[in-house]
Amino acid sequence: MEVPILKQGEVLIATFQAALSDADLNQLRSGLVQQVVKLRSRGVIVDVTAMDVMDSFASRTLREIAHMIRLRGAETVIVGIQPEVAFAMVQLGLTLEGVATALDLEEGLAYLTQKFKNIA
Amino acid sequence: MPRRDNRVDLPTGEEPSELLRELVAHLRQNRTQLREEWVQRISETRLLTAMTKEEIFAEATSVYDSYVEALETETFEALQAYARNLSERIIPRGVETHEVVGIVLLLRDVLARSLFAKYQTDFKKLNRILDAYEPAANRIANTVAVGFVQERERVIRQQQEAIRELSTPVLQVRERLLILPIIGVIDPQRARQLTEQLLRGIRTNRAKVVVIDITGVAAMDVTVANHLVQTVEASRLLGATVIVTGLSPEIAQTLVTIGVDLGKMNTVGDLQGGIEQAERLLGYKVVTLAETR
Repeated sequence: MEVPILKQGEVLIATFQAALSDADLNQLRSGLVQQVVKLRSRGVIVDVTAMDVMDSFASRTLREIAHMIRLRGAETVIVGIQPEVAFAMVQLGLTLEGVATALDLEEGLAYLTQKFKNIA
Repeated sequence: MPRRDNRVDLPTGEEPSELLRELVAHLRQNRTQLREEWVQRISETRLLTAMTKEEIFAEATSVYDSYVEALETETFEALQAYARNLSERIIPRGVETHEVVGIVLLLRDVLARSLFAKYQTDFKKLNRILDAYEPAANRIANTVAVGFVQERERVIRQQQEAIRELSTPVLQVRERLLILPIIGVIDPQRARQLTEQLLRGIRTNRAKVVVIDITGVAAMDVTVANHLVQTVEASRLLGATVIVTGLSPEIAQTLVTIGVDLGKMNTVGDLQGGIEQAERLLGYKVVTLAETR
């Protein structure tokens, strides 16, 4: 299942669907970084609103995505983590440390816009 | 229909169910008198002091009839239902478990005495009647007591749930700013409920900063301290920053002891300081009217 990646100015938005396999996640990781390079994006938003469960593999992949994208000079924000998912994650010790998070797409865009201003 | 069991067939040829019928008939015939005696014993032993004489009499009538019916039909569902219904009515009046068990046992005694009186000339028959009566009477006492306790436990659970919900309000004091004042004892269950309520509040109110004030919390064990850390981390996943205020010296000690990474936790001395910090984070500046002129 492919994850749709949309372009919004200098930001790429990848929207997770509900059930993503490990293969899908791996594909997303390489796909997103390629797009960032190709389109010279400055920011990436990964929208996980539709995810009702987050396991350790998904969590690790998200962190890897953020790190890889940072190496390209771009910033990643994870948005849309549901309250129940957040609760389950911290109980398992999956804190997405080092990765920016925001409530939803709107907040994610606001965060990146601010970040771009600060860098400029 | 005669009941099949291991009882020896007796010279007089009476089956246990016949005995039971005789017993029930006796209890019905002497209903008024036996009920009187029972109510008398209840007031002598000073049970059910929370109820008036009229109420005791009314309930005694119902209990007596249910008792005899249970003996007669040898089924206890109706009695169980009645016991729970009765409990629902009298628990709010402050009636205690020992009172309910006490009055049922008193009734058992009153009825047993009347059987002694009736069959005193025929010891063998008395024995057979008691063989029929005792197991049933004990089962009745058990059913009523258990029904009462179950109802009590249900009420306690309900009240605990209500208290938990009442005591953890999530308050919005500014746009994007929530305050969660915690007061009293936090057990792991309450801590969990707090976290769930807060996360829902963050999403509903689109909060960017949350101030959790624990001035009203005297002590916190390691489990709950960990819950607090988890709450901070989970809030971050929803894009909100948490400021914890009002840590007592004891709680500060606990947090240091469990090795909480204080870099991860934003703490300020008191609630006022916490709100001021939150406002700064949100880009607010509070000035007096005099200053704005």
